[in-house]
Amino acid sequence: MSADSSQKEGHWAKTKSLMIKTLTIWFIFSFLVHWFAGALNGVSVFGFPLGYYMAAQGSLVVFVVLIFWFVRAQHKIDTEFGMAEDE
Amino acid sequence: MKEKGTFIENLPKIYGIYTGGFLVFVALMAFLEKLGVSADTIGILFVAFTVFIYAGIGWLSRTMQVDAYYVAGRQVPPVFNGMATAADWMSGASFVAMAGGIYFGGHGYLAFVVGWTGGYVLVAALMAPYLRKFGCYTVPDFIGTRYGGNLARILGVVVLVVASFTYVTAQINATGTIASRALQIPFEVGVWFGLLGILLCSMLGGMRAVTWTQVAQYIVLIIAYLVPVFWMSNKQGFGIVPQFVYGDAVARIGELETMYMMADLPSVTEGVKGGLKSLTVSHAAAGDPWQFVTLVLCMMAGTASLPHILMRYFTTPSVRAARNSVAWSLFFIFLLYFTAPALATFTKLQVLDPNLATGIIGKSIAEVNALEWIQKWSNVGFAQIIDANGDGILQLNEFFMRGDIVVLATPEIAGLPYVISGLVAAGGMAAAMSTADGLLLAIANALSHDLYYKIIDPKAETRTRLLVARILLLAIGAAGAFVASLKLTSILGAVAWAFDFACSGLFFPIVLGIWWKRANRPGAIAGMVLGFAAGTAYLYYVAPAFLGNEPWIGIDHLRFGIIGMPVSLVAMVVVSLMTAEPDEETQRMVDEIRIPKGETIIGSTH
Repeated sequence: MSADSSQKEGHWAKTKSLMIKTLTIWFIFSFLVHWFAGALNGVSVFGFPLGYYMAAQGSLVVFVVLIFWFVRAQHKIDTEFGMAEDE
Repeated sequence: MKEKGTFIENLPKIYGIYTGGFLVFVALMAFLEKLGVSADTIGILFVAFTVFIYAGIGWLSRTMQVDAYYVAGRQVPPVFNGMATAADWMSGASFVAMAGGIYFGGHGYLAFVVGWTGGYVLVAALMAPYLRKFGCYTVPDFIGTRYGGNLARILGVVVLVVASFTYVTAQINATGTIASRALQIPFEVGVWFGLLGILLCSMLGGMRAVTWTQVAQYIVLIIAYLVPVFWMSNKQGFGIVPQFVYGDAVARIGELETMYMMADLPSVTEGVKGGLKSLTVSHAAAGDPWQFVTLVLCMMAGTASLPHILMRYFTTPSVRAARNSVAWSLFFIFLLYFTAPALATFTKLQVLDPNLATGIIGKSIAEVNALEWIQKWSNVGFAQIIDANGDGILQLNEFFMRGDIVVLATPEIAGLPYVISGLVAAGGMAAAMSTADGLLLAIANALSHDLYYKIIDPKAETRTRLLVARILLLAIGAAGAFVASLKLTSILGAVAWAFDFACSGLFFPIVLGIWWKRANRPGAIAGMVLGFAAGTAYLYYVAPAFLGNEPWIGIDHLRFGIIGMPVSLVAMVVVSLMTAEPDEETQRMVDEIRIPKGETIIGSTH
């Protein structure tokens, strides 16, 4: 196996693992949290019932932060394996 | 716009001046209002002025280059592409109907808010960077090249056209509604006026023109959405930043719901006008979890499959810029989406709370009927008061309105000057126009590039290709306006259907095309055909407009993607494994799109 293709494999393995991490967090805040909205409503944050808050704001904030984090992490992987674009 | 380099470098300055200019225009309108210019005239000026500006940008961006027409020359910086995508994304439904939906639907409706934001995580992690590396002009272009063969390409075009056309009629409908109200013309005429504005933005310059008008439209729509909410919150003394302080209002609405005994009030149906509702659903109590997560899933997968969104990421200069611009898109969308629940909550509180001057529940019917905003919206059939128990006092179950008017009437309910209502009309128009533009272009480009150029006449000259693209744009726009003028579906229903169509037919063929090398042509064809067919058949079976059967485990017509997607996935995997694996060349191509570095797979001016 040439050095080039092992580089590619390493890059893809890390990319895949980042994707899985990202989508795990995504899954928690897309589905899991809202599945238990009824129970979470018993807790109050900033005056909001927590279940309501997560659907109205909490999950949204997580998604925004998550994508910005993902973009940075992916770029780091690309640079590490020399797969980033020349800019 | 001739000197490209300097134009791109000057973008922040250009749009800065534009934003300043728009604010000066708003101030001027406020001044005219003080001078006694009528509310109607101000409404007309707002809509006419903004549409005129968009058309001007469309004219300046005209082009005869294929690359500029289809992908804006692939030079749109991430932040600006983020704004353009946000405008492309936030439709008349987001702007006009979302807060109203939360007003009536409470927590359950927030599934749309979660679904329409979280979908971008899928776009960033699974799709956009890889499609950008691929270098395609349209989504069927990717399907056609990755899987090979005209059949796969044509199927991609079919799903795209069905999903986008469903969506675009709703948008043209919204432009027609706003234009007819602001310009005081009949709805049927308003629809064609709206279409004219949309085509002026897109016809001459294709994707390039749409990009720069969408940025301008985003600026107008976000100002128009945020200003009234901040103003209302400060004027009514709720707090300086409304998004952070409505927790107490949520709790207070809960108390009022109990006080008015909302759950026990008999439902009044006699004599209620079509489309009007009274409040029956609790604001914060958790909805059915299954209903919530299924809707979230359909909207998210739909987001990641809708071609008019995906094609925005073909316009960035690099793969990295494509990823970055997904993040910015979500940020700009977030600004509106996390405001909508605050708007819905405060408006509801103002209507419900007897301690506030604006409250109407519990007041005498004669007093409420004398209110200007009640009269105005009752006259057009958007609000209604029925004294069902004949006691002369307005109960919670005796006040009816359409969800759409929550955003439009909030300035009036809170007693803000008319200039704010004019601003909101301009914002709604910008939201509906920008989405309609993107959708029409997605359809016309798929037909002109994938059907005409790639299949019917591969030797066509550039001039002919662009001419065909423009004629198709005109024809599809006209067809959309015609269907919209028939008023077949409600705005929100049609929008949810578009997402379900897209995720049933396209989600897995696109994702697996990138992430699973073994996916092959027969598999993709099976995935598209069976997923789309299963979803559509279920829609036909369950939708009240068609057969109207009892939904299966709560999967109603808004969620038919829950049926289409698994069928698509299973069909694609099973058929792919039963048939031969893709050839060497295809496998190498998949390897290539996984690496940001290097040339695009498809040549730059194919």
